[in-house]
Amino acid sequence: MQVFSDPRAAWLARLGDATLILGHRLSEWLSRAPTLEEDIAMANLSLDLIGQTRAFYTRACELDDGERDETTLAYRRGEPDYRSPLIVEQPNGNFADTMARHLIFSAYAAPLYETLAGSNDAETAGIAARSAREMAYHLRHAGEWMIRLGDGTAESRDKAQAALDDLWPYVPELFEADGLDRDVAASGFGVDPSTLRENFDSTIDDVLGQATLKKPAERRGQRGGKSGRHSEHLGHILATLQFLQRAYSEARW
Amino acid sequence: MTEAASPLWEVFVRPRNGLAHRHVGSLHAHDAKMALQAARDVYTRRGETLSIWVVPSSAIVASDPGEKDMMFEPTASKIYRHPTFYEVPDEVGHM
Repeated sequence: MQVFSDPRAAWLARLGDATLILGHRLSEWLSRAPTLEEDIAMANLSLDLIGQTRAFYTRACELDDGERDETTLAYRRGEPDYRSPLIVEQPNGNFADTMARHLIFSAYAAPLYETLAGSNDAETAGIAARSAREMAYHLRHAGEWMIRLGDGTAESRDKAQAALDDLWPYVPELFEADGLDRDVAASGFGVDPSTLRENFDSTIDDVLGQATLKKPAERRGQRGGKSGRHSEHLGHILATLQFLQRAYSEARW
Repeated sequence: MTEAASPLWEVFVRPRNGLAHRHVGSLHAHDAKMALQAARDVYTRRGETLSIWVVPSSAIVASDPGEKDMMFEPTASKIYRHPTFYEVPDEVGHM
């Protein structure tokens, strides 16, 4: 696939890649959640993320050459074209794994969108402002669950701590700025993710404090998704996600 | 499975165009905060809601269906309790 001609488009598409893959992951819980209430809650979270994806992709295509649309970006690209951070493609695991992943992602995305609401592109600013309200709720939902799992039974506590420990290596990638991040931030369009780390840490410390969970030690970590180098999980996700568009390329709603 | 351990809550929602909270259903949740979140997710997905109340179902005192006749039947025959026997002057207009 051809690259984006406009760095703003490439950067917005990267945000969309993250929400698309995480939204798809959450949709895998449908009909499998521990309770009916949580099943609906996760469907809502998933749909919020897919909605954000559509907005990010659509604006990216408008800023770019206009030859592609959201469908092309979502369904007709190969793995290396997706620039989502590795954390969002991690398997759902048990409920604690999913909530820990969601806590980490929303503690990163909430301040990201809040800052992006000040973008010099009014359209992008509007998308970010709406998405920030959604992420504030995601953060609360995942946070309240982590507090109850951590401060719950011995088993739930063990699972919540194990989930955090397993996912923490994927945290550094979220906040590492690359050339694209710095370019769009410098132009006043986007956000340099390294400026969000302090906000993230204070959110996480607050939740983990209430949850009586330990913040994992920060090791060097895993990275690569943002530059298109993914784990084996993404290919399986795309196989499910893209099957219909690939098999019936003229399919329409 | 989890249902057995988590208490039942009644959900009341106040829509944007309504004055009072209305009972919309019930749900299971471990505590009040989670009940409020679940109510938001389960009962306000399509609506424009201004406010939600959740109340532990155990806190509701209900009439006994077996006493339905004693409780409510007597009122059925007392039509004079309906305010339909007054002449309303035309000047009053719609009441």
